[in-house]
Amino acid sequence: MGKFEVNLKINNIPVTVEEGTTILDAAKKLNFRIPTLCHHSDLCVAGNCRVCVVEQKGAKALPAACATPVSEGMDISTNSAQVRTARRHVIELLLSEHRSECTSCYKNGKCELQDLANEYRVNETTFMKLVENKGYTIDDFSPSIIKDDSKCIRCQRCVRTCTEMQSVSALAVVNKGEHQKIATFMNKPMHSVVCTNCGQCVTHCPTGALIEKNYIDQVWDVINNPELHVVVQTAPAVRIGLGESLDLSPGNRVTGKMVSALRRLGFDSVLDTDFTADLTILEEGTELLTRLKKALVDKDTETALPMTTSCSPGWVKFIEHKYPELLPNVSTCKSPQQMFGALAKTFYAQKKGLKAEKVVSISIMPCTAKKYEANRPEMRDSGFQDVDYVLTTRELAMMIRQAGIEFASLPNEKYDSIMGDSSGAAVIFGATGGVMEAALRTAYEIVTGREVPFENLDILPVRGLEGVKEAKVLIENVKPEWGFLEGAELSCAIAHGLANAKILMDKVKSGEMSYHFIEIMACPGGCLGGGGQPIPVNNEIREARMKAIYEEDSSLKIRKSHENPEVIALYEQFLGEPLGHKSHELLHTHYTGRKKY
Amino acid sequence: MTDVKELIQAKVKCIGAKREALMPILQAIVEEKNYLNEEDMIQVAEALDLSTADVYGTATFYTFLDTVPRGKYVIRVCKTISCHMAGKDEIVDTLKDLLKVDLGETTPDKNFTLMQANCMGWCHKGPVMLVNDDIYTELTKDKVIKIIHDYMGS
Amino acid sequence: MENKKFKLVDIIFETEGCDVGVVLDRVLKRTPDDIIMDMIDSGLRGRGGAGFPTGLKWKFTRSESAYDKYIICNADEGEPGTFKDREILEKVPMKVFTGMAIAGYAIDAKEGFIYIRGEYRFLQKKLQSQIDEFNQMLENKGLDFKIALRWGSGAYICGEESALFESMEGKRGEPRNKPPYPTVAGFRNKPTVINNVETLVYATMINKYGADKFKELGTRDSRGSKVFSVSGDTPKAGIYELEMGLQVSEFVKEFGDGDTKAVQIGGAGGTCVPRKKFEDMIIGYEGVPTGGSMMIFNSSRSMYNVLHDYLEFFAEESCGQCTPCRVGCQQLLKGIEAVKRGERPPSYLDDLKSLAASMKIASKCGLGQSVANPFSTIIDNFREEVIY
Repeated sequence: MGKFEVNLKINNIPVTVEEGTTILDAAKKLNFRIPTLCHHSDLCVAGNCRVCVVEQKGAKALPAACATPVSEGMDISTNSAQVRTARRHVIELLLSEHRSECTSCYKNGKCELQDLANEYRVNETTFMKLVENKGYTIDDFSPSIIKDDSKCIRCQRCVRTCTEMQSVSALAVVNKGEHQKIATFMNKPMHSVVCTNCGQCVTHCPTGALIEKNYIDQVWDVINNPELHVVVQTAPAVRIGLGESLDLSPGNRVTGKMVSALRRLGFDSVLDTDFTADLTILEEGTELLTRLKKALVDKDTETALPMTTSCSPGWVKFIEHKYPELLPNVSTCKSPQQMFGALAKTFYAQKKGLKAEKVVSISIMPCTAKKYEANRPEMRDSGFQDVDYVLTTRELAMMIRQAGIEFASLPNEKYDSIMGDSSGAAVIFGATGGVMEAALRTAYEIVTGREVPFENLDILPVRGLEGVKEAKVLIENVKPEWGFLEGAELSCAIAHGLANAKILMDKVKSGEMSYHFIEIMACPGGCLGGGGQPIPVNNEIREARMKAIYEEDSSLKIRKSHENPEVIALYEQFLGEPLGHKSHELLHTHYTGRKKY
Repeated sequence: MTDVKELIQAKVKCIGAKREALMPILQAIVEEKNYLNEEDMIQVAEALDLSTADVYGTATFYTFLDTVPRGKYVIRVCKTISCHMAGKDEIVDTLKDLLKVDLGETTPDKNFTLMQANCMGWCHKGPVMLVNDDIYTELTKDKVIKIIHDYMGS
Repeated sequence: MENKKFKLVDIIFETEGCDVGVVLDRVLKRTPDDIIMDMIDSGLRGRGGAGFPTGLKWKFTRSESAYDKYIICNADEGEPGTFKDREILEKVPMKVFTGMAIAGYAIDAKEGFIYIRGEYRFLQKKLQSQIDEFNQMLENKGLDFKIALRWGSGAYICGEESALFESMEGKRGEPRNKPPYPTVAGFRNKPTVINNVETLVYATMINKYGADKFKELGTRDSRGSKVFSVSGDTPKAGIYELEMGLQVSEFVKEFGDGDTKAVQIGGAGGTCVPRKKFEDMIIGYEGVPTGGSMMIFNSSRSMYNVLHDYLEFFAEESCGQCTPCRVGCQQLLKGIEAVKRGERPPSYLDDLKSLAASMKIASKCGLGQSVANPFSTIIDNFREEVIY
């Protein structure tokens, strides 16, 4: 049965919409934009900022357009004198609780409150400044995220993000009335609570209250130091996101321009995390096959299955907190960023004849949790901190602007060598399901000697924005050494966004579902929707980025990790074989159970 | 003193291990210990499968669910208009003198915490105060002194 | 506008007593639809302050098809100047429970809850044993309905019905977006009738005496009588059941101390009526509506202090989720302080009045919407006292 239709008038124009549509969306249909702050299409309706109020003929109060469903015969005005006054008041009130030092704010020019203040030409001195008396705190203890209460407008987008999308609930609304604010348990600093550093709160914050901790100045310093050899690696999802922070529309592939820009910024060598993404597939694929053999042939009860991926540091910290008993299930592979870091100061330095202490390794990541990951004490297997500084996509864009580089007009350039080669399988690491697809492309071929049985290598069932995805792959006609897998059906699951991860892992934990291999990415959409990616983000933008990722995959000649020539060379010249001694030393790690609450 | 685990279990038993049990559990703990400490809130979060931040956020919404240490007797003097007009300032001053504490403070022996609160529903009999759950109305300086001495004696 | 003379009414606390068992027996012999028709016919409107017709509320909830429905007695009385619900619960609790049971029978609900403010915790033991006794009586009569107690913990806003549901569900007491209304999605998102303590007693009494006796009292828009909480500068502070539609001047003549300069009707969020308007104002829905709080001020009182107290109250008791209320209350408070200290010009009061007007239309719930009432009426009538 179809939904009922509702007829109403907005600014005297009749419109017909489905029952249940909000006034906000009905107005959008007529090309009237109603301003919003607390509203976000990723999140449940809050209706608390009140900037979207509209006038409804016959009603005493002004309904919030984002929270009010249309009703038959409604007569709405989105821009009456009363509405404009109320909106101006709301914005002025928010500003009075906000430390508006806009010129020095990290979000200057990218702040939704600033935009609205500008649009409504508000007077910041109408009301009294309240922020100074609030005893606010700025929490910058976390290596990933800075929380500045003086910039917070209590829209609660971060709280809803942390709870609904991520099921972490590190942030909550505390106190009431004039003392109401957003805080952690007992107002502890973010680094000491269950925060996974995923940074989704940052990408959903309309102001500068939640931002990434930036390391731009430190990176300029090392670039400017002639003594140092600075290598930079770029994660798969950066090349399809960066353009958005530099005035291009979502879904632009800017790989070549990004490489040009990095060279112009002064990095000594511009390399690719994709290289170690391919390496991860070989290590992790082998680990999976080894685990399967141990479990199925050797009947080793100690071997934990399903095996889950470990590339997403937000996911790793989440499982450390929430399911410490499942840590043996997590692949011991370091993430591509950390494999790269470990190799940069060993293999790369040797090959280039550099002293490891003179090599500085920088990574450009779509992620804030990577900043935390780089700082983990386990991540020093090269004898140094393997990755020195992690910048988000947004920080890189800022550096490009600072350097006065006309990004859109840059030529397309190629990555340096060594550690600059990539395959399409590595690129799709940036999308949810990508690691699974890349792993299947390789593992299937190792076991059977044939390409994975999907048209053009595109494993469509693992793609897309559905929260939890499942796929089964029948393994037949295997090579003799993999005889034990003959006829087996490899059962896989994929989740993105930690709330979905929780749904999936609860089923695994309870035994309701059993799988062999699980891919989990902390952020909705995978890394393309990461906490370090350009703001704003919503599903429409995620779809555009995802399309770009798969286009990039299709455009590459090499689309399977085990065919990456530099990876093949790496094993021949340095590592020996997957899961070999050297791999164990440099590319694998262990995890720590953490407090649940 | 009753174990917090037992308090939680008792409420969970009659209401269920669901969010609806949160307020009754927090109230029971405060009744027993006068405030909620970190460990107690962690236990509650665990029992109801909530995040600690969520438990803390809920508790701090309610004036009576204190999350900082309070004395054995929590005194709350009504500060809203009728009690104000009826002379609550003198009552507060008397209590400050008597207990040698300021508003929001607890006596060193941890017996009394002095606070103000909003309307308690005795506007015709102000000034009034609550000592834990017990209400005292039509207060005068002498009456307050006697009441506090009785608590000190007990 | 018709106006009534001062007259004490003897319904709620009737001296002759009331056997609620008899009332219930009569109710159970009739159909739920008949009960609801009577309630609509009586003209009873919610006694908590908002004044929604009780019978309609029951009718809407009855027409919902959900299996689980709830009756909630709102005993989170927190409006400054109101103390009637406590008195009612102390003196005639059985009538409150009976009102809940009647409502339960009328809308086909099996469970009822009394949400009572934490400040009344001293009532717990007595109230619980009375509830147990009442539940037993219902069981004996074969009515499938049970009442349970839930406690607040010091949050004025939980008297707002949707905030109350949130609180009962174990959450911060933050008002919800409306629609949906409680009759469709209330406690546990199920159809819910939520009535004030006093309203439920009148429901019992209307079923005892019939709608006509109730209708005889009051005016066309404000039927019946109501319990008033009288406090402030009066020699007769206390609880009085009076006919609706009383002129303010009549009220002042009865309860004032001879020097009354203003009456705050409806609590902190109500309206301040100055002496010069006593003759023009009627206490009721056609004039100044009230949940029963009547606070009297004589000429020795500074209306600046009164307003300051109210604003401090609201700044603290706002739930804090919506901008107009959370920040607006703070601005009004700091604003009048600044004018008093001479840091802002008297004309700033007009900016604040304009802000209060925006709060009235843009706030999420009744709390933020009501702050403009005391603010504007005190500024308009006592501007000099606020400035100097």
